[in-house]
Amino acid sequence: MRRYFGRKLLVYGLTFLVAVTVNWMIPRFMPGDPVQSMIARANVSQPAAVEAMRAHYTSLFGFDLPLWKQYANFWAALFRGDLGISVWLFPTPVTDVIVRAVPYTLALLVPAILLSWWAGNRFGAFAARRRWLENTALPVGYVLTATPYMWLAILMAWGLGVVAGIFPVAGGYGFALRPGWSAEFLGSLALHWVLPFLSLFLVAFGGWAIGMRNMIIYELEADYANYLAALGAPRRLIRRYAFRNAVLPQITGLALQLGVLVAGALVTEIVFSYPGLGHLILQAIQNQDFFLLQGTFLFIVVGVLIANFVIDVVYVLVDPRIRTGMGGEAA
Amino acid sequence: MALRVNDLRVHYRTLKGEVKALDGVTFEVGDGEILGLAGESGCGKTTLGKSLIRMDGRMRHAGGTAELDGAELPIGDDRAMDRFRFREVSIIPQYAMSAMNPTRKIGRMVDELLRARGAEPDGAELRRRLDLVELPHTVLERYPIELSGGMKQRMVMVISTLLDPSLLIADEITSALDVSTQKAVARTLTEFRERGFVRSMVFITHDISLTYQIADTIMVMYAGKLAEKAPADTIVTRPRHPYTRLLISSLPEVGVRYSDRRLSGIPGSPPALLDPPAGCRFRDRCPLAFDRCAEEPPAVEVAPGHHVSCWRS
Repeated sequence: MRRYFGRKLLVYGLTFLVAVTVNWMIPRFMPGDPVQSMIARANVSQPAAVEAMRAHYTSLFGFDLPLWKQYANFWAALFRGDLGISVWLFPTPVTDVIVRAVPYTLALLVPAILLSWWAGNRFGAFAARRRWLENTALPVGYVLTATPYMWLAILMAWGLGVVAGIFPVAGGYGFALRPGWSAEFLGSLALHWVLPFLSLFLVAFGGWAIGMRNMIIYELEADYANYLAALGAPRRLIRRYAFRNAVLPQITGLALQLGVLVAGALVTEIVFSYPGLGHLILQAIQNQDFFLLQGTFLFIVVGVLIANFVIDVVYVLVDPRIRTGMGGEAA
Repeated sequence: MALRVNDLRVHYRTLKGEVKALDGVTFEVGDGEILGLAGESGCGKTTLGKSLIRMDGRMRHAGGTAELDGAELPIGDDRAMDRFRFREVSIIPQYAMSAMNPTRKIGRMVDELLRARGAEPDGAELRRRLDLVELPHTVLERYPIELSGGMKQRMVMVISTLLDPSLLIADEITSALDVSTQKAVARTLTEFRERGFVRSMVFITHDISLTYQIADTIMVMYAGKLAEKAPADTIVTRPRHPYTRLLISSLPEVGVRYSDRRLSGIPGSPPALLDPPAGCRFRDRCPLAFDRCAEEPPAVEVAPGHHVSCWRS
């Protein structure tokens, strides 16, 4: 058990190292000069003032140091929890910007991921081997999972927002409101949440349902299911066993899908101008905000790594074959 | 008579048409009798075994009846058969190695299965039976993956007979085992009968020499039909059907050096059952075939308990 988790932790540690390095590299090799754009924004015409500003900003962001030093400083700052200062929202620290956006992204992602996984699996298992459902609901599932997130998001924004006028199509809350704990604000928050959530949920739901349906059929053909049926075990028991066994690969699937879902959330947030991390990334790219971009990516990478690690742990808990495999290794 | 099968026909639905895997078979199994069912692969023996307990989705009950202890088995009706399964008819499947749910501890699975069938699990009896097949009681606390192949086989034997069924179908259960284990399994099956765990048994195998060791009666099938059925001794020593004779003579004998005399097989292969030829189905491979074989030979009782379907018998 300890060896298993030791190895896992090592792999995750290495992944983290590589991810952070790549993360640091990407903005630096992007074309464009953030200092230049900041100076342009300031609209100063005197060459001497421009030169002074350039020197100030360059040393502030540490661009005057050699690359390896920038890299080392980056790591050192990272362990202090300091992700630098945002260029776009100068002089707000990146950490503050991210902390403000994270609740929105999490409120969107966590329910979308977990609920779609749960509901998709339930529905897929229910639909398997029920002819009329397989003929009607599954084609819909195929269409859903093949739909790009933003396409569905745009469709829903148009249909339910613009045409039907039920839901607002942009923002995290009404433009006229100030964030607080008032009932009005919370209601507006919920109303703005529905469409982005739904577009994420539906696409993922279709994928899970189809995967589960196929897995269940495979399990129902398995020898143990045949044996139980030959001994007259009721269908309920056989389906229960099949479901439990079919869920295992779906858990792995969840680990693999996490990254995709996060990416999907980013695009969806942009469509709905939802003030989460995706929105931040877009702004960071447009404003050549290295530090914000780095910080957001870092946050996402760490989030996906943690989620994958949790799934690894869950897998050990639910699959006795892995558990006994580890027991054999220790013996 | 424990089991009485009358003109049973079971076909497989395929895209090309119906494959007549079991094409009118009539036989009986007495109380306490072990019937060995032999024949080469594709002769319909597994189909027969399966149709007595659970037909798979491709199989169709095309005619005939099966009667167990006086009650007719609704073999074409999957739901109605549930009442008989496990309690009256049970099976030790071909795939004992993978017959148990891999993610449940064996004891718990047995418990859940029994409760689902409305039977109160009797732990003491279960342990007695584990002792009988020399399995430690701790297997109940293990997952199937932790057992060896032979242990799984014995465990499945215990599970299948837990409700003391009247008829047990053992389908090729020794095929995946080595010779010494085969013998032990055969002995266990006879012991199950002595102790009354099962009343009668259909022992399906392609291994005639093993059948001979445990069966009271041997039935040889060929291409979906009964070729010969007789007491085990008679089949081995005085077979009447040419197919049985060739089958027996293709077995190695003790004391014969096969470097001197090559072991002969049966040339040719069985006919396709999608559209079987009229008349005797063994005709094309039979050394004794003559004109009359174009007509189908009926099963005739040539001696008490000795049925042969051959014009030459």
